[in-house]
Amino acid sequence: MFPAAFDYRSPATLNEALGLLAERGDDAKVMAGGQSLIPLLKLRFAQPQLIVDIGRIPGLADVKRDDGHVRIGALVRHVDVERSQDLAKLIPLLVEAVHWIADPLVRNRGTVVGSVCHADPSGDWGSIMLALNAELVVQSAKGGERVIPIDGFFEGPFTTTLRADEIATAIRIPVPSGSAGGSYHKLERKVGDFATVAVSVQVELDGRKVRKAGIGLTSVGATNLKAKQAEKALIGHELNDEVIAEAARLAAAAAEPKDDIRGTAAYKKDMVRVFVQRGLKAALARAQEVRA
Amino acid sequence: MKVTVRVNGAERSGDVEPRVLLVDFLRSNLLLTGTHIGCDTTSCGACTVLLDGEPVKSCTLLAVQVDGREIKTVEGLATGATLAPIQVGFHEEHGLQCGFCTPGMMLVASALLERNPNPTDDEIRWAISGNICRCTGYMNIVKAVKFAANMQAQAAKAPNQAAVAGGGE
Repeated sequence: MFPAAFDYRSPATLNEALGLLAERGDDAKVMAGGQSLIPLLKLRFAQPQLIVDIGRIPGLADVKRDDGHVRIGALVRHVDVERSQDLAKLIPLLVEAVHWIADPLVRNRGTVVGSVCHADPSGDWGSIMLALNAELVVQSAKGGERVIPIDGFFEGPFTTTLRADEIATAIRIPVPSGSAGGSYHKLERKVGDFATVAVSVQVELDGRKVRKAGIGLTSVGATNLKAKQAEKALIGHELNDEVIAEAARLAAAAAEPKDDIRGTAAYKKDMVRVFVQRGLKAALARAQEVRA
Repeated sequence: MKVTVRVNGAERSGDVEPRVLLVDFLRSNLLLTGTHIGCDTTSCGACTVLLDGEPVKSCTLLAVQVDGREIKTVEGLATGATLAPIQVGFHEEHGLQCGFCTPGMMLVASALLERNPNPTDDEIRWAISGNICRCTGYMNIVKAVKFAANMQAQAAKAPNQAAVAGGGE
């Protein structure tokens, strides 16, 4: 299999890349690691006229602290997250979750930001970023820089609010403070498969009570979903069995899975419930460790 | 577009359309057919090559993306007639049956041993988790990687022993 013909440009600077998109954005696709885009090109699900390969643009491959946030540049690969000792300390959820993404070979090429922008409803990073309340930093030649909260970024399968002339240059994640913990639970048929269901959870505690909560769902809707009702049900409460069960019920109610080769809708909904329960218990245990 | 890549230590170039995949560039332009096309859908790892020392799937890379970079294929493992430790391991431990996945497996394993010269069984299994062996011969593949690790460890010790022996005389 090979893709339909396209023009290929690999600009040396961000400005050059933004210029190309300003001119030809409607017919172009931006490529970072290409681990989602190239399979789509080969299947000819995507047939852009122009590929703008941002892989050679300097300054986009760093993980940096930035005003209470961690900023992951557009060329930071999954494997970079896997090996980052800073991230393991600051936001352990990222490093736990990355092991569930694709396989080691794909993780050597694919990028975090690229994966989020690809907006596959079965993608893992989307729901992790929803749980962490991340925001995308995007740039365009005309509009300069703008910041898009992840909540609302996903419009539908493979569709986001990113405009055709824009490049996502980084994702910013607020660094959890105090006693905080997260977890990612994924059910997959084999290594490298898309999730049958996955759930990402992040909590911050104030004493014994929940101050902040994030729950993201994978593979159970037209986009990665943020289980907002379930999050709300946690705020201000102690994470006892009853509160956890109620949040799990609300998250399952928010899921909109379909029957497919990986399982029935009813099964997937119930797996959301189970994973939210397990996830909150694991997150609570980790948050308490941090406090201790 | 012109693409120039260092492949197994030698500079190679070709003129390709941007849509040409690295695996096709290696096989068709450079006639390096040791890199196999298995699933062609980023699932199986048969097309694994090392890009600047890291294993990647060459069916999911454009040749133009690796312009100016360094590629190692299975043809680059041996030095002349001397097999690399990983190749000896696959031979000694019967690490292959049909052999189709073997180039990818050996490259992933050699990259693993670069980073981690003494991996546990779990670490080996983890490292090859993106490579599928359709014959399901994973047990012997793990043994082959262990064999190579031991062989490299012995080789690393050998000069010291010689030095000790020499010093004792």
